[in-house]
Amino acid sequence: MGNENTHWLERLMENPWMLLILGIVVPTISYTVWGVYDVLSLPVAPLP
Amino acid sequence: MSSIAGFLKGNFLPGQSRSCDTTGLPVCNTASLYIRLNAVIAVVSLLIGAIAAILIALTRWPAVHLLPAEWFYRFLTVHGFNMLIFWIIFLEIGILYFVATTLLNSRLFSKAIAAISFALMLIGMIMVNAMIFTGQADVLFTSYVPLMAHPLFYLGIILFAVGALLGVANFFLTIHIARRDKTYEGPFPLVVFGAITAAVIAVVTILHGAVVLIPTLLWSAGLLETIDPGFYRVVWWGLGHMSQQINVAAMISVWYFMFSLIVGAKPLNHAVCRGAFILYILFINLASAHHLLVDPGVSTEWKIWNTSYAMYLAVLASMLHGFTVPGALEVAMRKKGYRQGLFGWLAAAPWSNPGFSGVFMAMVMFGFIGGITGVTIGTEQISIITHNTLKLPAHFHGTVVAGTTLTFMALAYYVVPLIFQKDWYAKGLLRLQPYIFAIGIFTVIIGMQFAGSAGIPRRHWDISFAGTPIPITPMESGWLALVGIGGVIAFLGLLIFLLATVATVFFGRSNKGRPMEDWGGVKDISAGAGTWTKEDDHKTPGTWALVMILLTCFVVYFFANWKALADVWWVH
Amino acid sequence: MSFMIPEKDWFKAPDKGEKSWIAIGFIWCLVLFFSMPIWHIYGKQNSSSESYRVKPEDFSARVMKFVETNSIGKDGNTPIVQPKPGGHAYVMGGGYIWYPILKLKKGNEYILHISSTDYQHGFSLQGEAGINMNFQILPGYDHVLKITPTTSGTFNIVCNEFCGARHHVMTGKILVED
Ligand code: HEM
Ligand SMILES: [Cu+2]
Repeated sequence: MGNENTHWLERLMENPWMLLILGIVVPTISYTVWGVYDVLSLPVAPLP
Repeated sequence: MSSIAGFLKGNFLPGQSRSCDTTGLPVCNTASLYIRLNAVIAVVSLLIGAIAAILIALTRWPAVHLLPAEWFYRFLTVHGFNMLIFWIIFLEIGILYFVATTLLNSRLFSKAIAAISFALMLIGMIMVNAMIFTGQADVLFTSYVPLMAHPLFYLGIILFAVGALLGVANFFLTIHIARRDKTYEGPFPLVVFGAITAAVIAVVTILHGAVVLIPTLLWSAGLLETIDPGFYRVVWWGLGHMSQQINVAAMISVWYFMFSLIVGAKPLNHAVCRGAFILYILFINLASAHHLLVDPGVSTEWKIWNTSYAMYLAVLASMLHGFTVPGALEVAMRKKGYRQGLFGWLAAAPWSNPGFSGVFMAMVMFGFIGGITGVTIGTEQISIITHNTLKLPAHFHGTVVAGTTLTFMALAYYVVPLIFQKDWYAKGLLRLQPYIFAIGIFTVIIGMQFAGSAGIPRRHWDISFAGTPIPITPMESGWLALVGIGGVIAFLGLLIFLLATVATVFFGRSNKGRPMEDWGGVKDISAGAGTWTKEDDHKTPGTWALVMILLTCFVVYFFANWKALADVWWVH
Repeated sequence: MSFMIPEKDWFKAPDKGEKSWIAIGFIWCLVLFFSMPIWHIYGKQNSSSESYRVKPEDFSARVMKFVETNSIGKDGNTPIVQPKPGGHAYVMGGGYIWYPILKLKKGNEYILHISSTDYQHGFSLQGEAGINMNFQILPGYDHVLKITPTTSGTFNIVCNEFCGARHHVMTGKILVED
């Protein structure tokens, strides 16, 4: 570990804090923030 | 090949650990205490959930129709909470403690955190159950607003979640001190890595729970005017579906663990297995969108992208595990000398060891039933013909019951002797238990699957619709009867497990100071079986056959559902 | 026994067999994914992306107006309403009923608005020839479906989202004539 030659993926696999951050950020943006934005930005019904 | 070789000196305080009499692995006393406490409450939850299960299953069987409507919905709420949340999460916290201490040769980070975590979870569980049983939370476990329950109900869930979060924090901090104190050498063991995956997902899950349930608590207490139902559904499913992904990661870790423990299986390729877990961490949680595919509010692009876990990368991950777990088993068995034909290794597996048979059947049912149906009904358009039908509980009784619950019961066959240090009673009967439960739950699933295909709704007390002239065909009542009949068998399976566990844990013979009574492993007959080359470490013809059958079923089921969709009215 | 502590050189590329399975799996994942956008182009059954925010009382008032102008009779207490082909139609869930009963002509597209006046409901259309279509309904949301009945007969609407103690009695009807 800490070796210059270590593949970035191998380093990621040994870094639980980084995994935790990624695990929170990716779904929160893709699912939650986008989804809540969709819901809250809905226009008012014209009811034709 | 002992892994102890990889261990350096542990960081235990004097007198605060023991070495396992069976495996020689180190056991932290504090962790052991809280593993036991969490496991006991998990089993209590399973008991409550099981009683509710048989009652609701017998209500959905039209010929029996046991409960009055009010109590059907109440017991459905009881069932959902105690099974899906309490049984599973209590046990998972125990698993996390075990993995971080024993497998990393470390002490648990904090006894105080473990104690507070356990107390909060227990109080939360009691509050939730009390509110449901007294009829103050007839909202099912999704508690969709604007259905409203008593504030103490939401408070109970929040306390439980905070407790679980503390348990997960304790896990991460234990890993931290294990690394700091260099209690082990080299990279994480694979099982630890899987547990880290589960723990990461648990954190995201609980954060979503906080975002949705704290406002809901305030609303129910009269401090907030409204909660938007669309907002609620998006964030609530962040809690509801992501929590299921904790189970997936934890369950798969247990599969690796058990096959290693029982037959000495080793991962074919550590990088691939870890890569698959990383795909879970990144993408599996997007799939909460499964629940909102026929909802107003969210856009088509959002639905397709998220329901597909970013182009199905998390499905790819499951397909990888579905290959590497049986593959590891196959290589280990072949190495031991069982090399005849495609499936000689499988035939020679220790089928009378309930730890093995439970895990293996869980793996097969999770893949073939849970996996295939889940991905299919989670397809955007196919949701039109499946949303809220009995096909849904058919799917998740394939994942979380036939998969996770069966796996965790199989694990218990080792946890009780190794952590509780008691030898099992009724071992003969317990060897049959996984089969009884599997047959029962399989029957339940088949009944739900076909009733659901006929459009029969889930969460529904009476499909004759209280006298309205909606025809229910004899065929449909037949499928529902299977739910009831399978329910009785599965309930029996659970009961055997529960009674034996309680009897053994409280009154069993101690096995302190000697190895546990073995369930039976696999004899090494490699002496006369010819040479083993390095290439053989990767040869898995039987597994290839299995995964090709799986893929074929997958393709057929997937397109059959598109075909069924093509037959309904046009809509866009 | 091994608890899967990797050997020193554990970080290595998958071998041939594993690579093949990864490739097969990935191709299947792409099929799964692209089936959805492709069905949006060529398929006839897609969940709607059209929905609006609406006050339950505004929606309810619009439904009353719809019933007044298009009503053609009654079934018990529930009005039967015949919208113009191609026109707007409204169905409201609430108080354990679906209101009103619609009468549609097979093969014509209608712009169907569904919403709730109280709790969340599941709009579950059930009928002959195995027809079963399900949509989620939320109070405060106008869910718009451009729908074309392709079969005729009497279709029932069942509620398949739990909405309270009498959720199971919540039914309604859509009549489709040739
Ligand atoms: C003896 C075993 C079991 C039987 C017979 C059984 C049966 C049932 C039945 C009949 C339903 C109601 C379906 C409906 O009307 O919507 C149901 C719902 C459910 N079950 Fe089970 N089940 C069993 C075990 C489990 C386990 C072990 C879990 C979780 C680990 C579980 C999780 C659930 C969940 C989450 C629901 C949905 C609740 C809801 O819709 O709110 N079940 N089960
Ligand atoms: Cu309803």
